[in-house]
Amino acid sequence: MEVIISTAELLTTDGIPLKQSLKKAERRNKIRAFFLVFPLLLFIVVTFVIPIGDMLMRSVDDSQINTVFPNTFEEYKKWDKGEDDLPPEEVYKNLFLELANGDKRQIGKALTRMNYAKSGWKSLIKKTSREIKKIVKKGEEPVSYKDTMIEINKFWADPTYWYSFNQMVNERSSIYYWNALDRTYNEEGDVILQDENRRMYIKTWIRTLKVSVYVTFFCLILGFPVAHLLANLPLRYSNLLMIFVLLPFWTSLLVRTTAWIVMLQQNGVINGVLVWLGILSDDGRIQMVYNETGTLIAMTQILLPFMILPLYSVMRVIPKSHMRAAQNLGAKPAMAFWRVYLPQTIPGMSAGGLLVFVLAIGYFITPELVGGKDGQLIGHWIAYHLKTTLNWGLCAALGSILLFVMLIFYWLYNKIVGIDNIKLG
Amino acid sequence: MNDSSQSFVKFEKIDKSYDGEVLVVKNLNLDIAKGEFVTMLGPSGSGKTTTLMMLAGFETPTNGEIFLDTKPISKIPPYEREIGMVFQNYALFPHMTVQENLAFPLEVRKISKSETQEKVQKALDMVELGNFGTRFPAQLSGGQQQRVALARALVFEPRLVLMDEPLGALDKNLREQMQYEIKHIHDRIGITVVYVTHDQSEALTMSNRIAVFNDGVVQQLSTPDILYEKPENSFVAKFIGENNTLNGVVKEINGSTCEVDLDNNFGTVKALKVNVSEVGEKTQLSIRPERVSIEPNNSLNTFTGKIEELIYLGDHIRARLDVCGNNEFIVKVPNEGSFSHKEGDTLNLGWDSDDVRALDI
Repeated sequence: MEVIISTAELLTTDGIPLKQSLKKAERRNKIRAFFLVFPLLLFIVVTFVIPIGDMLMRSVDDSQINTVFPNTFEEYKKWDKGEDDLPPEEVYKNLFLELANGDKRQIGKALTRMNYAKSGWKSLIKKTSREIKKIVKKGEEPVSYKDTMIEINKFWADPTYWYSFNQMVNERSSIYYWNALDRTYNEEGDVILQDENRRMYIKTWIRTLKVSVYVTFFCLILGFPVAHLLANLPLRYSNLLMIFVLLPFWTSLLVRTTAWIVMLQQNGVINGVLVWLGILSDDGRIQMVYNETGTLIAMTQILLPFMILPLYSVMRVIPKSHMRAAQNLGAKPAMAFWRVYLPQTIPGMSAGGLLVFVLAIGYFITPELVGGKDGQLIGHWIAYHLKTTLNWGLCAALGSILLFVMLIFYWLYNKIVGIDNIKLG
Repeated sequence: MNDSSQSFVKFEKIDKSYDGEVLVVKNLNLDIAKGEFVTMLGPSGSGKTTTLMMLAGFETPTNGEIFLDTKPISKIPPYEREIGMVFQNYALFPHMTVQENLAFPLEVRKISKSETQEKVQKALDMVELGNFGTRFPAQLSGGQQQRVALARALVFEPRLVLMDEPLGALDKNLREQMQYEIKHIHDRIGITVVYVTHDQSEALTMSNRIAVFNDGVVQQLSTPDILYEKPENSFVAKFIGENNTLNGVVKEINGSTCEVDLDNNFGTVKALKVNVSEVGEKTQLSIRPERVSIEPNNSLNTFTGKIEELIYLGDHIRARLDVCGNNEFIVKVPNEGSFSHKEGDTLNLGWDSDDVRALDI
């Protein structure tokens, strides 16, 4: 038999190029595989990609007001602020007409937005609208729209109102992001800090990060020994222990959170026992709930299994002979643990840590119930604006920032530990 | 050898029980000389690994004392024993490179960086892995991992090296190659080795002496040739090499030999008296297949056997015969081109009385 070594393209026995033949042979499998994952793909797109995309869009969306006052804004852009104190006649005219003919509900929505830019807009427009309607009813056409409007309300001669238009003329706006960071635009369009009594987001962001880091840290400290026991105890004991670890999963989150209120409140179990033991005086009961401490304690307990399980799955496969080998080679048990055991648990620690951190940073129910005034996390404000003020743009901005913070941590994590090191089982 | 001042490792009346009900090791007395290669051989559950773990310090003897270099070591923790060990699955640290693995025992002993580097390189060269230092264990083949484990157990110059079935995970060819390699390294550096295996050919290949374990008791401790040729009980005879057995009752004892009546009146065999003490005792006779000759000229013990099966193995033909009621009687016929019998034929067989050993039953 002759062996032909050629640099040319490899052919199959039938003379078809090998690569082409392989592709053909694999195509059927590929199509089948695609159809198998298709429902999942669809599910992820519908429930994950689209909502997140929508949220990101909403967080910068400022188009509604542009659809209400399109012509006004068009003319407004032509105004040379250096030359004239007030906008030209055309601006007044278009605003007049758009207020006269516009849809009432749309204008109402736009007013809410205008009030974010400058408080006072709402009442000014409402008052003006009434007068404009009267004028239109009479069928008169004003000689000068500008003078008519200033006549209706003298604020139309106040350029600061007009300046605030600047923030709204674009269909995309960063106002919600600035709001989410306790900032706003002033009348000149510069970014400034909110008034002191309206600053709450930065404080909450810092608390959210702090609580999440603490919770992650405490979960690691508390979860590590438990996971180690789980991985190393004889089966019948470890099974029992596993049930205790999993028990919280079978109990309602609400029940567990309220149980913590019962435990921690000033007339609660822990304070009661401490007073009974004489460690605390009756009027020296500690406030452990409805503040940051309560949030920390309850969240640590609730998120603990998410740390234990990945750690356990990693520890389970570390051969016991490793600790023996390290000692045999001359390392004391502490040294063997530090140099040989601990490094091998890093995938579990990081998987658990990331999991707990992600869950903690967006946690809502538990801080809402046990957090009181000082223990609220950012989820509280998202829910508040979603349900109460209906400021969805701000909601979306807060949510997007949360997403970006997560991505930053993810990126850092990948840099430091490496994402391939994650191991959930 | 019984004097503890002469033996390097000495097990003295060691008992070991895990649960207080079953003794895993019973009254173990074992002396190992400096530089010796001693193998503990036995089926699984025979107590050999437990014995090794007691020596390494990971298990405590329930009774008795182990001496290393005349000093009792029961109270010395494993990390101060200066005993190297190769584990069954190597126990290489996966998060360290080969170099770091080897440097680990030196680092914990606070040996200087340059000396560490030198020793690590030397150890790697010894196992012919000089260029693999920067790899991680997962990037090595099984045989290479095995060598790294060996190098790591030797790099800190321990007083003694223990090996717990170190070749168990390798395929047959590699295993045989590694056996020679370990043997050569032992010959070269002269370190004392205690080796545990359940593979008798491995034990025969490598060891100076072999301790055959069964049921927590050392059945026989001898050099490989004596163990094979002169087994002292039927367990050793069966466990090491191939063995034909015939059962009977001792009829007469004459000094170092005895006459045995085979069961079912198949005749009388003259045998060496090894593990029988009195007339009337039941005994099992042991004959190695290669010591049985076909169509013997003169022999005291001649019997006939019917060929049940012939297997051609190239250098020899393996014949299974029915001899005196035992149809698992194996004879190895050297392939000299003159064997012309077929299955079902009857052969005359004979053996020297020195090759038949009367053992316990």
